[in-house]
Amino acid sequence: MRVQPGILPSNMAEQRSTAYDSKIEGNVIFTRFDAALNWVHKNSLWPMPMGLACCAIELMATAASRFDIARFGAEVMRFSPRQCDVMIVAGTVTYKMALAVKRIYEQMPEPKWVIAMGACASTGGMYRSYAVLQGIDQLLPVDVYISGCPPRPEALLAGLMKLQEKISSEHAFRDQKPALVEKLEDALA
Amino acid sequence: MTGQELLESFNKSFGEKIQYQTEFRNETTFTIPASDLREIAKFCRDELLFDYLLDVTSIDNFGEEPRFEIVYHLYSMPHGVHLRLKLKVSEDVSAVDTVSDVWPTANWHEREIYDMMGIKFNGHPDLRRILMWDGYPYFPLRKDFPLEGLPSEMPDVAFTKVTPMEGGPFVTIPSTAGSKDREPRARPPGL
Repeated sequence: MRVQPGILPSNMAEQRSTAYDSKIEGNVIFTRFDAALNWVHKNSLWPMPMGLACCAIELMATAASRFDIARFGAEVMRFSPRQCDVMIVAGTVTYKMALAVKRIYEQMPEPKWVIAMGACASTGGMYRSYAVLQGIDQLLPVDVYISGCPPRPEALLAGLMKLQEKISSEHAFRDQKPALVEKLEDALA
Repeated sequence: MTGQELLESFNKSFGEKIQYQTEFRNETTFTIPASDLREIAKFCRDELLFDYLLDVTSIDNFGEEPRFEIVYHLYSMPHGVHLRLKLKVSEDVSAVDTVSDVWPTANWHEREIYDMMGIKFNGHPDLRRILMWDGYPYFPLRKDFPLEGLPSEMPDVAFTKVTPMEGGPFVTIPSTAGSKDREPRARPPGL
C-alpha cells in the first residue's frame, strides 16, 4: 500500500480523481486513516510473553510450528517491554510478582493491549490463597480473557483473533485529532 | 557401617540426650533438645558421615506446648542411611541455632522456615524472607493464619487482599466415572 504524503484539505478534490487515473490506478488506495492504522496494528502484534506458570508452555506451543502464531503476525516475542504491543499474561500471578508485571506493562509503549491467558491470570484460578493475586485485571486493563487451565493453543489463537477484532474497531486518530478529522471531512463533503 | 551400628554409636555419644526415638520403615527419628542441636549436627556430619542434609521442615502444632517442631532430614552418602532429627521450639523462644555452617544447604531452608513460620535462626548469615517480600507482616504457614490471607499494605512494596472464599473451603469428592468419561478427548479413541 502506498500512502501519499501530505494530504491537505486544499488539494483533496484533486486527489479524489487520482483513483480514476489509469496510469496509477491500483497503486493508490483510499481509506480512513484509522482503518489503515488499525490494519497495521492488528497484523503485527508483538507479544510480551509474560510466562509465569504452565500456561507459558501452551504459549510456547502456540508459537511453535504446529500451531504457528506467525499466521496472525504475532510471532515476534520480545523480551524487552519497549518493543512489545500486547502482553500475554500466561500463568499464576503471585502478589510478589504482581508489581513486576505491572512495571513491565508500564514500560511498554502505547498503544498496548493485555491478554489474560488462563484461569489464574483471569481470576486467580484454583489458587484461592494468601499468595496469589485474584486476577491480573486488578492491576492492568485486560482486553481479552481466555478460559482454560491451561487453554489450548487454539484458544490462545482465538483470543488473539478477538483482540484483532477489537483493534479493528478502534478509532485512535478520531479520538486524538478531532479537529483535523472534522477539517478533512468538511473538505471531502 | 550399617544403620544399626550408626544408631548404636549415636546412642553411645548422646544416649542421655535423646528425648524420644522412633523407627519407621528402617528410618530412625531422634527427638533432641534444641540446645544440643549444633553439637549433634556436627557429630552426625563428621563422625557418622551424614554428609547430606535433604531438607529442613517445620511443623506448627497449634494449641500444644511447645508449639513448633523442626525436622532435619539427613542422608549419608557413604552408608546409604537416612536419619531424622526433630526438636521442639516453644512460641516464646521461637528461635533455634543455625546449622547453615554445618550443611550450607540449610541456609535457604532456614530462611524458608523463618518466612513461613516465623522461627528465627541464631547465627544465620542472611536471615531474610525468601518467598514473601521483605516487610510482609505475617507468617502464612502458621495454623492461626487463614488460608484466604489477611490484608496487608506496604506502600511501594506490595499488598495483599483477602481472597474470595465463596462456597469454600473446597473438598474433592471421589468420582466413580473413569478418566476417559471425565475428560473428553479432542480426538475420540479409534481415530
